[in-house]
Amino acid sequence: MDFIRFFIARWQTILQLTLEHLVIVLVAMVISILLGVTVGILICQNRTLARIVLNLTSVMMTIPSLALFSLLIPVLGIGKAPAIVGLVVYTQLPLVRNVHTGITGISPAIIEAARGMGLTERKILFKIKLPLAFPAVMAGIRTATVMGIGIGAIAAYIGAGGLGVFIFQGISRTNDKMVLIGAVTISMISILTDRFLGRIQRRFDR
Amino acid sequence: MIRFDGVSKRYPNEAATAVDDLTLHIRPGEICMLVGPSGCGKTTTMKMVNKLITPSSGTIHVEGRDIEAVDTIELRLNIGYIIQDIGLFPHMTVAENIATVPMELGWKAQRTAARVDELLDLVDLDPAIYRKKKPRELSGGQKQRVGVARALAADPRIMLMDEPFGALDPITRAKLQDEFLKIQEKIRKTIVFVTHDIEEALKMGDRIAVLKAGRVVQFGTPMDILAAPADPFVSELIGGRQALKMMNLIFCGQIMREVPVIDRGQTLAAALRLAAEPGAGRLLLSSNGLRERFYVDAQSLALAAGDLAAAARPITRALRPRASAQDALSEMFRTGDRFLFVEDDDHQVQGVIELDDLFRQVSRYEHAHRA
Repeated sequence: MDFIRFFIARWQTILQLTLEHLVIVLVAMVISILLGVTVGILICQNRTLARIVLNLTSVMMTIPSLALFSLLIPVLGIGKAPAIVGLVVYTQLPLVRNVHTGITGISPAIIEAARGMGLTERKILFKIKLPLAFPAVMAGIRTATVMGIGIGAIAAYIGAGGLGVFIFQGISRTNDKMVLIGAVTISMISILTDRFLGRIQRRFDR
Repeated sequence: MIRFDGVSKRYPNEAATAVDDLTLHIRPGEICMLVGPSGCGKTTTMKMVNKLITPSSGTIHVEGRDIEAVDTIELRLNIGYIIQDIGLFPHMTVAENIATVPMELGWKAQRTAARVDELLDLVDLDPAIYRKKKPRELSGGQKQRVGVARALAADPRIMLMDEPFGALDPITRAKLQDEFLKIQEKIRKTIVFVTHDIEEALKMGDRIAVLKAGRVVQFGTPMDILAAPADPFVSELIGGRQALKMMNLIFCGQIMREVPVIDRGQTLAAALRLAAEPGAGRLLLSSNGLRERFYVDAQSLALAAGDLAAAARPITRALRPRASAQDALSEMFRTGDRFLFVEDDDHQVQGVIELDDLFRQVSRYEHAHRA
């Protein structure tokens, strides 16, 4: 009862922080997807390059997110910019890896047939490789986005705002209701986004 | 049509030369089989035609033009290409797959759609049923038919086929081979056909290039190769029973002889006279000008009394002109007769084959080559 009253009393702040959170994650994901898909396509050309890049993205993900955000402060200051950069860096692995797996997993016979029939490398990429890799790419986008929404909470620590604000304030004031509101809202957004992306994925994954 | 002149291909990290100074002239409208064990360079040779592989030295001319000077994409769009794993695009429908090259060539949608239906008919798939299907809904044989249709889509003059029927079960393979030969009779493409299966090469090829370690050890018609293998390697590849295999290449229609026809109303004496003429032996009965499925021969005539009908014997079994001499031999062994009638699709008897004809035909090829 107490919790719901608390929630209703602050719904405006909650809505505002939710929107802020979504904008940060959305901007970060747009950049991240463009970058990740491009890198994923490019590294398919060369096996050594692919191994190096995939290892690098794995290493990036092992950096604790709190540390990564802190390390960006000297370079980008505080606020939304370092938060977005941090999220982009953090969500590269599932994107790059899934694009790479999706494309390299296509039967070589299909690519050879396309090439032998006279499709240009560009056409092979857009008409054959990307459509066939799409389910894997979409799965990567799903994972990355859900990760981004969760890690976005930590961005509040470097002054980016978002729902993490509730969590950090709740911790410092030992107010568990605030922590709970932040956590529950983030979880809900994650679940809804995951479902929404899952629906898109299934629609194309015939 | 396709000329290889002194073509070699060496790979940087391999000691052996993949293709070694290969010279081969492929004529318009023929199926040229490249046959040999794995690693003999047959696939490499084929892939150099559409520049999937670049030769280390030598020149290749396609339709009179040095392919090095021809735009790669243009060259490939004008050459049909079929590979063993077919490589149908799984995310596209059958119609979209077939339409790939026409789309690249900028055909109008209407023309493309009409062509797709025409090709599906050609490969014996009902367009109404198969147009919208995805490759994974098709059986292996159906996929291969779509592969053939796709390669033929823009009506290229040249087709490259890399073990197209290799992954099919023997029954489907034989069926598709037969159908493809029938289609080829109509379309008369120049075809480079790679296979490791000598039986397939003998059956499908107008000419066969036998390759070993990147070199052509023999180039000739299936008959040439069966009758006179160039070296022990080719003999081993053929694997014995050469005369029997040659009989596969001789068709009943080619060797059957005319059978004299005699009207039912004629007398026994007239029939005996006719049967005694050289090369006659057996007579076919007719009534009102129509050929019957009854015959008489010297033996039945001698035993008969009264009219000609008393000597008539029914024709119970006959082969079509497309049947091979081997089929004829097998049939003779089965029935115990030393002759066999040949009938057309309407069961009209067209001629007769005697056992001696088979002997003569096969040994004629053998002798021609030994001489």
